[in-house]
Amino acid sequence: MEKHLLMGDEAIAQAAIDAGISGVYAYPGTPSTEITEYIQKSEEAKEKNIRSSWATNEKTAMEGALGMSYAGKRSMVCMKHVGLNVAADAFVNSAITGANGGLVVVVADDPSMHSSQNEQDSRFFGKFAMIPVLEPHHQQEAYDMVHYAFDLSEVLKTPVLLRITTRLAHSRAGVAPRLITREQNELRLPERLTQFVLLPSIARENYKTLIHNQEHFKKAALESGYNSYLKGNDKSLGIIATGIAYNYLQENYPNQEIPYPVLKIGQYPVPNEMLQEIYDECDELIVFEEGYPLIEEALRGSLNIGKKIKGRMDGTLAFDGELNPVKVGKALGFPEPEKRPVPDIVVPRPPALCAGCPHIDSYKAINEVIAKHYSKGRVFADIGCYTLGALPPYSAINTCVDMGASITMAKGAADAGLVPAIAVIGDSTFTHSGITGLIDAVNDGSNVTVFILDNDTTAMTGGQNSAAVGNRLEDIVRGVGVAEEHIRVIRPLKKFHEENIQVIEEELNYPGVSVIIPRRECIVVLDQRMRQKFKDKTQ
Amino acid sequence: MKKDIIISGVGGQGIVSMAAIIGTAALESGLNLKQSEVHGMSQRGGDVLSNLRYSDKPIASDLIPEGKADMIISIEPLEALRHLPRLSMEGWIITNTNPYNNIENYPDIEGIISEVRKIPNHILVDADTIAKDLNARRSTNVIILGAASEHLGFELAVLENAIIKLFEKKGSKVIDQNITAFYKGRELAHS
Repeated sequence: MEKHLLMGDEAIAQAAIDAGISGVYAYPGTPSTEITEYIQKSEEAKEKNIRSSWATNEKTAMEGALGMSYAGKRSMVCMKHVGLNVAADAFVNSAITGANGGLVVVVADDPSMHSSQNEQDSRFFGKFAMIPVLEPHHQQEAYDMVHYAFDLSEVLKTPVLLRITTRLAHSRAGVAPRLITREQNELRLPERLTQFVLLPSIARENYKTLIHNQEHFKKAALESGYNSYLKGNDKSLGIIATGIAYNYLQENYPNQEIPYPVLKIGQYPVPNEMLQEIYDECDELIVFEEGYPLIEEALRGSLNIGKKIKGRMDGTLAFDGELNPVKVGKALGFPEPEKRPVPDIVVPRPPALCAGCPHIDSYKAINEVIAKHYSKGRVFADIGCYTLGALPPYSAINTCVDMGASITMAKGAADAGLVPAIAVIGDSTFTHSGITGLIDAVNDGSNVTVFILDNDTTAMTGGQNSAAVGNRLEDIVRGVGVAEEHIRVIRPLKKFHEENIQVIEEELNYPGVSVIIPRRECIVVLDQRMRQKFKDKTQ
Repeated sequence: MKKDIIISGVGGQGIVSMAAIIGTAALESGLNLKQSEVHGMSQRGGDVLSNLRYSDKPIASDLIPEGKADMIISIEPLEALRHLPRLSMEGWIITNTNPYNNIENYPDIEGIISEVRKIPNHILVDADTIAKDLNARRSTNVIILGAASEHLGFELAVLENAIIKLFEKKGSKVIDQNITAFYKGRELAHS
């Protein structure tokens, strides 16, 4: 069968198209973005009329996907791990409603925080919601698991969580897609029209069904083949390896079999009998999991009075950071390969705002006004390229916590007396989670000045369309209740610096809610657009 | 046949293209391949790294273990050194000599080059100057690839085809520029 070179993200996307989805719902977030981008660019998806444009945030995405499932069609929703926090209300409750058309939730975790603010492990979210979780260890398995996940979802009427991590998401390997693909479902309402009505009386019944289904979920995990017990002769140690950790284990035994029994995990909830078997058979266990110690913690229990369980909790492996072949090898007692140190002359090269970036002009102006009139420590920022304004030479911002937190934290600080407080948020982050916070500020008449840095795109993740740009932003801000005269649009360019300073001074001086919109297209997107234009012209 | 290659540089220097050329060559040769790279935040002028592995046997890990890479191919000399712990003691380091200076405290370039020279198997190429001479400023990465080509384990025709395939859509002029750049790099590795 012909193999295609696909990233993990792309393998999942192609599998979803082949499995007959009618729609994908997502908000961009590294390392999950490429799943949806692949479907957006796919000719096949276009022919099949698969809906794929970006959602405003992960919660609206999750709900859109749930609605499509309600209508009987297959849907997929994709996000990064912290996106699942945003979607959590819908996600956890979707376990109670259950699915109608197949519903697969793909969440890409980012251990080691390559582009994230934490390394939370979404398997815990799956456990919390009490739904099946799949964790592929390579690209082909990711492809196959998507098909399986839709089947499982429709047979057991449950959403299924597919959990991947950065390494799988952004690594390419040969993938053989299925030759026989599936048609989309017809419209088909749930058999019981109250299934999705979570009134307490109905929710209680649905929850009982979910509890009852746990046995089915475990049975599926026993029978699917994604969990397997590999025999080994040396029973002094038993190894449990989940997802991509299994690759790092294998890497330590090139061209030879692993001498110890291995329990390879790719599907949760893990059936107890599989854990029992390896526990009984071996003198001690070591657990390799990419993420938090989910299985390890379950095995140890609070009392830790059984056999020795090694892993992240006893220090055999560091608690934080992604695994790699050397960490796994060391834990197994292999000597570290000989290597050279990084020479002392090497200095870090942190990511930085691009030359010509509009945010640079905004930050220079904000910094100047603060230096002139106020004390430092009053700029509440958000998630996006402009978070890089925390680094020298700008050192312009004081917080970055979660999507939308700039406006609300500025408001809280202003409530506490830190006035004027300044919020800095991008156009896409504003529509994602900033609007509701702005309503809070307006309702309280808080002394905040909100900068909506409008660069016409979702820049950090590679220039996806924003939910609202241009005049629509002003319309939203006006609609939320910000006074017309305190909505100021400026051009973040050197030549307007003095003018901009004046606008910022005026609005910081105003003791209520002001919104300043520095508007200029992202320099990278502009460059791409110009190149495309040139190409179109010359062809 | 098994090669583990680290490709490094700064965001925007053509690391992904270089990895794609080698990856295509590996696939066309019927080899297994895994290629992982860092996206997202690192694109903004930060250091970028790609792990490229190909083998006639199945490949387990997407990441090359530290101390096991057969070579580091770098489009930027400081970035070549950053990943030195990944290189095997017998490995090759093949790098451009031209700094990409987007940080205030960029170290002394002579010091960097002399660190590279400490690695017994090294190839230093002034790719920027060649690219300028060839009037192909965007082909720096392909020049470095040419300099590394002898160690990649492929016939020249296979690599040449991979270059053609990558630049197919950009027209014959770009293809020719890159083929010339490739051979110039290869020639310089020998001088």
